[in-house]
Amino acid sequence: MKRVIFILPVLVFAAVVIAFAGGLKRDPSQIPSALIDRPLPQFDLPGVSPASAGFATAEFRGEPKLLNVFASWCGACRQEHPFLMGLKDRGVLIYGLDWKDKPADGAAWLVEFGNPYTKTANDESGRTGIDLGVTGAPETFVIDRRGRVRYKQIGPINSEVWDGTIKPLMDKLRLES
Amino acid sequence: MKRLALVLLLWTGTAQAVQPDEQLADPNLEARAREISQGLRCVVCQNQSIDDSDAPLARDLRVLLREQLSQGATDQQARDFLVARYGHFVLLKPPFEAATFALWLGPLAILLTGGAGVASYVRRRRAPGGPIALTADEQQRLDALLKGDKS
Repeated sequence: MKRVIFILPVLVFAAVVIAFAGGLKRDPSQIPSALIDRPLPQFDLPGVSPASAGFATAEFRGEPKLLNVFASWCGACRQEHPFLMGLKDRGVLIYGLDWKDKPADGAAWLVEFGNPYTKTANDESGRTGIDLGVTGAPETFVIDRRGRVRYKQIGPINSEVWDGTIKPLMDKLRLES
Repeated sequence: MKRLALVLLLWTGTAQAVQPDEQLADPNLEARAREISQGLRCVVCQNQSIDDSDAPLARDLRVLLREQLSQGATDQQARDFLVARYGHFVLLKPPFEAATFALWLGPLAILLTGGAGVASYVRRRRAPGGPIALTADEQQRLDALLKGDKS
């Protein structure tokens, strides 16, 4: 009994060290989304040019879709872009939200590098971004068949994120009713 | 010239992130907005409040907060508006809830546990109670030593 009391502080200290060591590996810029398992907030946004229609919340029904937040001023979006083009070729439905960006700049960006999006909407004021809890670009929301947010990826999607997290989730969501 | 330099040197007020065009005309509302925004974390530069931060998103949130207050929201409603979007993470002072019990109560628990440990240790050291009397033989030797007798 006495020995247990002497060893106890050491054990507690070891537990604290392990907990903190685990905490060090977490990226503090990854803020957990408040929207997980909740319906996508209401919005109805114009397109990036007069010729193209934007989209509204109602669009996210039926099939699981991705909502990708990008901007022409965003360097990491440029880096993510080729991967999104690849996803488009594989038939993944990606909706683009041109965030805090002039519509013309967003449109020019898509013309210059290619357009991976099924539809693109412009959120110049950034209000919809705030409703979505966007902290920076790029961010990608996985939306299920009933229009609920199921996952948020902060930062670019790459093959590791896609194969490890998003694709398995999309496959699962496709089987849901 | 020297005097001017001195004035300029002393006149180094803190740089303000809140721009004049964001501020509300009603000083009362503006004061409330300042106070609330000092307790809200900037989600871009995380150890600053949105009141301190120059990030464009912090500015958007300040403007949004003022809009809410102008529309008659209470302080709590305005805070909840942002918490609904960014989670409890935006509050610089975490709320007292199940997920934060360890955070709020941990230090107190450690203090109490440690205090109890110290108290029981001190009590045990004192436990036998009073000095033990010398035996007759020891007393004799002590007397001899005190007399300076080396035998």
